[in-house]
Amino acid sequence: MRTVALVFAIITGAVVLVGYFVSPLAPIQQMLLNWAIILAGTAVVVGVFNLILVHGTKISHREKGGIYSAILLICLFAAFLFGLALGPDHPAMRMLVNAVIVPVEASMMALLAVTLLYASIRLLRRRASVMTVVFLGTAVFVWFSSATLPFGEIGILSNWLRPWIQHVWALGGARGILLGVALGTVTTGLRVIFGADRPYGGK
Amino acid sequence: MNLLGLGLIVLASVLLALLTMRQRRSLPTLRPIAAMTRLYRAIGLSVEDGTRLLVLLGGDSLLTRNGAAPLAGLNLLRNLSERTSLSDRPPVAAAGEAPLALLAQDTMEAGYEAAGAGEYFQPVNGRVAGLTPFSAAAAAMLTFGDEGVSTGMLLGHFGSEAALLAEASDRENALLVGSSDEPSALAALFAAAPETLIGEELFAASAYLGSGPTHTASLTVQDILRWIVVAALLAGAGLKLFGII
Repeated sequence: MRTVALVFAIITGAVVLVGYFVSPLAPIQQMLLNWAIILAGTAVVVGVFNLILVHGTKISHREKGGIYSAILLICLFAAFLFGLALGPDHPAMRMLVNAVIVPVEASMMALLAVTLLYASIRLLRRRASVMTVVFLGTAVFVWFSSATLPFGEIGILSNWLRPWIQHVWALGGARGILLGVALGTVTTGLRVIFGADRPYGGK
Repeated sequence: MNLLGLGLIVLASVLLALLTMRQRRSLPTLRPIAAMTRLYRAIGLSVEDGTRLLVLLGGDSLLTRNGAAPLAGLNLLRNLSERTSLSDRPPVAAAGEAPLALLAQDTMEAGYEAAGAGEYFQPVNGRVAGLTPFSAAAAAMLTFGDEGVSTGMLLGHFGSEAALLAEASDRENALLVGSSDEPSALAALFAAAPETLIGEELFAASAYLGSGPTHTASLTVQDILRWIVVAALLAGAGLKLFGII
């Protein structure tokens, strides 16, 4: 069975990859990608059952944080039942998303700003090196040149130095990292197609 | 027909095949990466102490162009689950999307079976943490405290929410080795995490844990391709400078 899965995965991967370069294979590639999207949609249903199983186990074993698992499951079932009864486009269901999920995620985003500031302060103590000083110095400089200051903008900082740092150094560095990621992506994909990596199981 | 792209893929495939054959006959020599050295030691300590490893695979990625990062994470998970399956507290893998969580379960089960401990595998150890980046991060933050995690790994596609995970691990005195294919997450991790794998180091991680000759060979292929890209960039800059293009 594992051999069948391996052969099927290798052929599918190769067809999808070659489909990007050889246009006659593009329709087959598109069909395979559509199948993958359908399978991923089905996997969400399985994933919800996994979520229920994980948190149900936490509650039944009276593990630490079980109360949060209970709240999660109650909210999950309530949202599911209301969604089933009212439909996903009902104003009450839209309010559930707009008044609960969006603000909660936005407040986590706000928490992130404080977390990063705190982490930056600790960074010098944890990893005292030249690169740390450069990192923190750049962060403080970009913040200072972007903030609204009581005496107005400092022209040379906000019009010349900051764009130079952002568009030359930061963008160049980010592109370098992304090139490395792209090369890693190529070799990881090829390892999967060669059957050396098997994310679909197999010894 | 995009011949340049196809040529690059064919070149990478041929190099990978040839170098894998060569690697089978020799011992790999890898440049030291501080994060991997520390991770290697932390894995051994977690088995001895009976504490847990937490592997976070990120989300919102498997069917997008960011799909390779979680695949690299799954490969490392396979290696880790084989090494630590007989620990008192086996590793937990959490993903921010359902298909990735299912793949994590399958990968972990394969690792357990390879270690001859298939009967100890528990499906709840491969789980969906949440279906949006921040909900998955919130759930994973609780896991650090609730499940006695001593070492956490971020191996997949993360955004800046990675800093929240680093903060949660720091509160529990757990080591966090962070990586992502997203530059904004790397900047946040550089500030907040004790160890960070930057750029292609994420894809090299499995070779450092001894995943086999193909992984070591793929590092050399990455290096060769990098020099080709560098040469092309310099040539392009030179041609532009002299007004040829």
